[in-house]
Amino acid sequence: MSDTFLTTLMPQLASGAAHTHALGFVYEGVNGDRVRLRTPWRPDLVGDPETEVFAGGLVTAMLDHVGGLAVWTKLGRYEPIATLDLRIDYMRPARPRADLLSEARCYRATRTIGFVRAWAFEDDPADPVAAAQATYVISSDGGRKPGANLKPRGERA
Amino acid sequence: MTALLDTIPYARFLGLRTEEDGEILTVVMPFADHLVGNPMLPALHGGSTAALLELTAIAQVARTWPRLRLPRPITVTTAYLRSGKPMDVYARARISRAGRRVAHVLAEAWQEDPAQPIASLTAHFSMDDADT
Repeated sequence: MSDTFLTTLMPQLASGAAHTHALGFVYEGVNGDRVRLRTPWRPDLVGDPETEVFAGGLVTAMLDHVGGLAVWTKLGRYEPIATLDLRIDYMRPARPRADLLSEARCYRATRTIGFVRAWAFEDDPADPVAAAQATYVISSDGGRKPGANLKPRGERA
Repeated sequence: MTALLDTIPYARFLGLRTEEDGEILTVVMPFADHLVGNPMLPALHGGSTAALLELTAIAQVARTWPRLRLPRPITVTTAYLRSGKPMDVYARARISRAGRRVAHVLAEAWQEDPAQPIASLTAHFSMDDADT
């Protein structure tokens, strides 16, 4: 894996898109085949105003995204990928007003599918808030050109 | 009446709007730039669509069976069926079973055509007010 990939492209893939930037994702780096992402706590990302805990949707978005980063880490390069299926188990409530970390590992990649496990936790990976099992389609664009989604459905780009 | 989702910060972050037809809710996520995950196609981030589905499920359960606390997810599975285009997304949820402690919900999200959903959700929620 090239140094440029880890130092330049991965941080960009981690929080460079509009949604990931808006959520405030912070790239925490790669260790072997494991990659980490942090979301600093923010009041506008809360799911229940009474508890001040991150919304489930935020946990989902972060686990979905860190899983994608794990696929790219496994491949050692950028490829268009798309989440196919994502299951999340919530083991306990997140701590109020606390940052959430996530870690993911792509334990298998075939030519077309990446298989991923991921966790979300505050500081101890052994005490997770949530665990995810996910699959990603690799080379998901199927040759579609930039702007393909701007055309009406049914028309092939 | 104020829609439940208007009181949830994350639903406001996504810009969700609730439409009511009797007991059935349709939740709309109007297209916005900050929902995009792939700027090339461009496509919505899967996390935007999944969060819409989860919040729709929560709102439908809370609407049908009001409790002291909001339903909390136990397991949530999202299948991504089609790429989310840079357009509004609609979502609706159906409660398959609501027990005293756990509710099971199915939800679908679509854009141009309800018969061609872009994502579907299957989830169990905890309904227990005493539970942590």
